[in-house]
Amino acid sequence: MSNLVSQKVNMIFKSLKGETVHALKDITFTLKKGELLTVLGPSGCGKTTLLNIAAGFLRPTSGSITLGSNEINGPGVERGMVFQQGALFEWLTVNENVNFGLRMKKEDPVKTAKKVEEWLDIVGLKGFGNTPTYQLSGGMQQRVALARCLINDPDLILMDEPLGALDALTREKMQSLVLKIWKETGKTIILITHSVEEALLLGERVYVMAPRPGRIHKEYKLPFASRGLKGDLREIKNDKEFVSKREEILTMIWDMEEEIMGKEI
Amino acid sequence: MITGFITFFTIFAVVGAILYGRKLIKTEKTDAVFGNPERAKGGMHWVVVGSSFLLLSWLYYSWDIAKSFYPKSANELCQVAKVNESLLSLKYLFPIVERQHKSTAIIKRENINIEDKIILIQNDPNLKDQDKKIFVNILRDTKLMIPSLTDERYLEDDTKNIINELTIRLNHLTENFPKDSYPNLTEEEENEINEGLKKQLGWGATGMEVPPLPESKRGLKFHAAAAELNSISDEFFEMRNHNPEYLRQAEAIFGEIKEYMDGLGDGRELDYIKDIKKLVRRIEYASIFPPKTLDELENAIRAFDKVQNNEQGNLRTIDIILFPAGTIVASGPQCSEAGPGRWLPKPSDTFRIFGEMLKPSVGYKMIPMLWYEMMGVNRIVGFILPDWIADIMPGKYPVHNQDGTVDPNFKSRMLDIVTGEFEAFKIPVPTGHIWDSFLRVFLGLSLGIIFGVPLGLFMGLNRFAKGFFDPMVELYRPVPPLAWAPLIITVFGIDNVGKVFLLFMVSFSIMIISARAGASGTQLSKIHAAHSLGASRWQIIREVIFPNSLPEILTGIRVAVGMCWGTLVAAEFLAGTTGIGFVENVARKYMQYEVIWITIFVMGMLGLLFDLTIRKIIDKTIPWRGKG
Repeated sequence: MSNLVSQKVNMIFKSLKGETVHALKDITFTLKKGELLTVLGPSGCGKTTLLNIAAGFLRPTSGSITLGSNEINGPGVERGMVFQQGALFEWLTVNENVNFGLRMKKEDPVKTAKKVEEWLDIVGLKGFGNTPTYQLSGGMQQRVALARCLINDPDLILMDEPLGALDALTREKMQSLVLKIWKETGKTIILITHSVEEALLLGERVYVMAPRPGRIHKEYKLPFASRGLKGDLREIKNDKEFVSKREEILTMIWDMEEEIMGKEI
Repeated sequence: MITGFITFFTIFAVVGAILYGRKLIKTEKTDAVFGNPERAKGGMHWVVVGSSFLLLSWLYYSWDIAKSFYPKSANELCQVAKVNESLLSLKYLFPIVERQHKSTAIIKRENINIEDKIILIQNDPNLKDQDKKIFVNILRDTKLMIPSLTDERYLEDDTKNIINELTIRLNHLTENFPKDSYPNLTEEEENEINEGLKKQLGWGATGMEVPPLPESKRGLKFHAAAAELNSISDEFFEMRNHNPEYLRQAEAIFGEIKEYMDGLGDGRELDYIKDIKKLVRRIEYASIFPPKTLDELENAIRAFDKVQNNEQGNLRTIDIILFPAGTIVASGPQCSEAGPGRWLPKPSDTFRIFGEMLKPSVGYKMIPMLWYEMMGVNRIVGFILPDWIADIMPGKYPVHNQDGTVDPNFKSRMLDIVTGEFEAFKIPVPTGHIWDSFLRVFLGLSLGIIFGVPLGLFMGLNRFAKGFFDPMVELYRPVPPLAWAPLIITVFGIDNVGKVFLLFMVSFSIMIISARAGASGTQLSKIHAAHSLGASRWQIIREVIFPNSLPEILTGIRVAVGMCWGTLVAAEFLAGTTGIGFVENVARKYMQYEVIWITIFVMGMLGLLFDLTIRKIIDKTIPWRGKG
């Protein structure tokens, strides 16, 4: 079983002036294979730091994260990442972006081409293969980013506010797409978001993080994601339980933000 | 002929385009609001006006319009200039071009000089009173000497006769000049001119020179008159008003000076006495006559001037209108263009000369501007392949036999190949000044790119590389490339190697900086993405960082091309035997303005060509620039 286990992860940044920032404190959790975790929190609570550690872009000050039996020590193909701004290679076409990972592994081009077609079909970009990526809209770029990540068949998908820069309508479509992909591939997913609604809609589990030091403040287990797979997302948004949870978390985050502001003043 | 056609055509284009522009203004809706940037769009017809205006200015100010419509005008103006030149010194004596008589001005000036000198001497504390007295006495005598020249009583009859005779000759010329029969040349003189005319080249054939021998009837008149005037003028200035009274006084003064100088060493006294001597000599050589003596001569000159002006006829109008900002001037028997016609070459001559310089039969300093030569492939192979390839082949080079022959073996055959000593077909290869310059820029730039880009990327990614190479690059980069030139020419020679190295230095630093900026400007998320997609370090550099830096690199190349051009031309100016800068430098020494303009034009065109090529490459390779 390739569970993701985080054990007492601490992250302390030291600035040149000697100030220390405790970005993450004793983060401990276990994510089972196939779970979808969304992480919420006010800005500066260490969400992205946590994700970067999981991706292997940062080394934690202490503690460790293991995926299956391997301790994470540097970036790897088994952990795919989707960024807020696509981070596509704009000098390449959609096809070349999607097959980037396979090309790096020098896999058979014919097989690769077939796989690319399949994945473009899944993310709804059929026929866009030869379009230069800089001509795509924001939503389409995120679809390319998803396909590019998924084609490598990673065990864990890390999403850093992937839908943050999209307009409301595109966002909703993309949320369905994320759920669809999650269901069809059964991947473990960590998704970071600013939007409480999105976190509740997509997250099987939701962590609300608190800042200074960054820590997991509260954990929820929610049914909406599995319901969203079957039904309409908008219906769920009007669900009473959904609304009350949303308000609860919103208040929580507001309080945290106010606390920070108070400290700063 | 062509120039005339072009002139009419461009004038027509200008008028047409202006009319079209006027009409368009009425229909353009965007013109309603001043300041609307839309108003600046379009306007090809104004480009036509602008270019035509430029072309017309060139044709007009280079006097090509004059040459095209009045091809004989320069030659005739040359003859007029000869007359003016020979009249000039006589005219300057009288209030014709000046305000007062020259002799009046000289007397006035020297009187003041004498008074000033006396004051200066009397106030000099370093002079002995005795010396002062002597100096002042000599100066007083000098002042008293002037009346001996200006007094009617002392004027000799001989002098009077010469003046009268010259006046009569001048009046005679004035009378004959307008006549059709003038000049009455002997057959011998006529033959001489005709012989000269056969050898004479046309206007503009040799560059700035104007054909000096008269080619028309009118020209011949002025040519002959100029000769007569020269002789009159020479005779007049040979004559001096040195009457016995003057000679007596002058002798006395020079005697005093000589006596004083004999007992003198070096000192301030010597300076004074030399100055005084100069003053006396100035009066001696000035053409000073009694006030009314030259009146007749003055009138004769005025009369002739009037007649010759009338005889010029439409030449005067042509001179004023078609020879703007200058004219043809004569200097002895030669005539040349003075003004823009001299330094702004005529388009017709320029293109003819450029065409000739392109050809290997004419060229410039034995080398054509741009041509081709047939080169054997063997020479190219020999140049590209290094000779050591043969050395590392197995075996030994052959040794001669007892019968005095040498049998080639495998190793010696290899040597023949790598040194290019074999028979091969020939292919055309470009050659010439333009090609040389182009190749130098191209090589310098390519080397700069090949070495600069990887190093720049490396420096943008690696702390050690940045720190290690930064001092070196930053220390040599701010130095103007030409400041390096003397050193580099000394080390690498004046030929291609030195120049290519200099250009390499220029482009190298620019490429390092741009590649470094490109590499360090790569978005971290792209590198993260590449990492989590399983790319290795090398793959990240090649597939992510390099393409991401391309916009900066290509902009760097564009800058480097410009810098390389500037440096190359200056370096070729400094030293070398080929190249456009060399051509311009030689042309500068010989004042070949056509060639100078040709080189300027060629450089502009080549620079533009480089820039357009790179712009095309930029559009093709990085259409995503600024859209990431």
